[in-house]
Amino acid sequence: MPNNNNKNRVSARSLIQHARPVRVSAAALRFTHTFGLGGMALVLFLILLGTGLLMIFVYEPTSEGAYKSIVFMQDETLFGRLIRGAHYWGANLLIAVTVLHLFRVFLTGAFHGLRRSNWLVGLGMLLLILVSGFTGYLLPWDQVSYWAITVCAEMLGYLPVVGQALQRLVIGGTEIGAATILNFYALHTVVVPLLLIVLMTWHFWRVRLAGGVIVPTNLENGPASRDEYLPYRPNLVEREKAVALAVIAIVVVIASVFGAPLDDPANPGLSPNPVKAPWYFIGLQELLLHVHPLFAILVIPVTLVLALIGVAYLRFDERPTGRWFLSGRGRRMSAVAAATAVVLTTGWVLVDEFVVGADGWLPGSAPVISDGLLPFAVLTAGVITIYISLKKYFAATVGETVQAMFVLFASSYAVFTATGIWFRGAGMALVWPWQI
Amino acid sequence: MADIDKPRRSFLARIAALFGGLALLEAGWIATSFFGARRRASAAPDKSVELIAGPIERFEPGSVTAFGEGHFYLARLEDGGFLALHRKCTHLGCTVPWSANEQRFSCPCHGSAFDIRGDVLSAPATRALDRFAVKIDNGVVKVDTSRPIRRAVFEVEQVARA
Repeated sequence: MPNNNNKNRVSARSLIQHARPVRVSAAALRFTHTFGLGGMALVLFLILLGTGLLMIFVYEPTSEGAYKSIVFMQDETLFGRLIRGAHYWGANLLIAVTVLHLFRVFLTGAFHGLRRSNWLVGLGMLLLILVSGFTGYLLPWDQVSYWAITVCAEMLGYLPVVGQALQRLVIGGTEIGAATILNFYALHTVVVPLLLIVLMTWHFWRVRLAGGVIVPTNLENGPASRDEYLPYRPNLVEREKAVALAVIAIVVVIASVFGAPLDDPANPGLSPNPVKAPWYFIGLQELLLHVHPLFAILVIPVTLVLALIGVAYLRFDERPTGRWFLSGRGRRMSAVAAATAVVLTTGWVLVDEFVVGADGWLPGSAPVISDGLLPFAVLTAGVITIYISLKKYFAATVGETVQAMFVLFASSYAVFTATGIWFRGAGMALVWPWQI
Repeated sequence: MADIDKPRRSFLARIAALFGGLALLEAGWIATSFFGARRRASAAPDKSVELIAGPIERFEPGSVTAFGEGHFYLARLEDGGFLALHRKCTHLGCTVPWSANEQRFSCPCHGSAFDIRGDVLSAPATRALDRFAVKIDNGVVKVDTSRPIRRAVFEVEQVARA
């Protein structure tokens, strides 16, 4: 009887504890296996929820009142600067941490079998987090936010057929104004957080269903044996607490030191020079400088998103090992792929700027061919060549080669993003970071 | 008993599904009309005002005058014709200032440039500046600012003449 009583107490103690597996693999507990990224994302989300809940009582979602209410929050509200700073840095960190979490899950091969549907849920959450960042970006209604959102909304307009209508729907009219701010406020404070909470619950449940995080296999001895499993409490719980406290400390320190930026109030008649999208979309804006909008906004991003979804359905020759980069060979291939991407992407940016210029690759032909179809065909051919030569040279499995391609694309986007942030000055000309 | 109930049950289930589907459609219709009303309000007819720019003589041939209120520039071409150009860059929507010295609109954001007729002088923009309809009544220039008109390139028919 006491035994049974105890059991009831354990299950009733907390719904939250139910999200953890009862016993956790010692190898999976190592910090460098997951870097605690999923947990960090949850803590950041809670920080955002808390600070956001405070701010909605001060913020005024109108084009006349928004900026003033932010100034009031910063100057007249006790801890207002800290709260806004924590929200700002928490949001930026959340995007970075979520992307890193996606990398971790992919590079440890945790998207097969039972985890496949959770890979898709995770992609959905990444999309929502980007929407949340994007809609929140406009709300301060300063010059930086106004023009960054203008640029991004115009990118939508380049989509064929539905582009114009979609752009009108998102910004609630033909120009960014009162309707846009109301749209974004509703999405940012209600719709997206609600959907995120639903998907998060689903995500954690699926992790538990798959038996917790993926367990790295020991290549010599096969899968971890039973006695290498430890009770989740305190082994997992104490680690989670440590990560959570560290994240909170980091956000508070950064927020108090740097605060959140606030530019001059939005002025629709005066565009600053240059105008840049939020950092997570700068890679797209950079791509737009190099290829035709149809490809930069539609073909290339859609292809990559479909590849991200489709990779979960690929049939690999062997089960993933749960170890980083699958194997030593996988690690070497990924390093080669990353180096290739950095060299080729940098080369492309430089050649496009200094050799090809504004006339496109094939002067005299239609822009959709010279700036779109032609570079895209070259790009596709290049990617296929790299895939085949990597696979042949390393005598690798499909899993290892697909992983190397993933690293290739991620590194390439990172180079585009870095170029956009640090090497684009007035008129989007290439400059050194200290000249911006 | 069970055998008799089976078709009846599945029939009722189908009816329930049908009504459920109808209810969903209705809810969707209500939601879209809810947003539709807002959209119509933002494009209300009182916004399609004709802005009276002024008498013809006020504008020198080869000059560009900014109308901040209507979000456009009134360009008078060398031959005396009028064009109302939307101030929004067709690349990514920045506001383009007119530089009288260089005789061009230069976008500060990404370096596109347009000539006095709105045609693209340099990429990344691929389309000429949008225009507004211009009407000249009794020597007075009027611009319909209700909606910008998209165009690929400048064409002679777009010019309004007295």
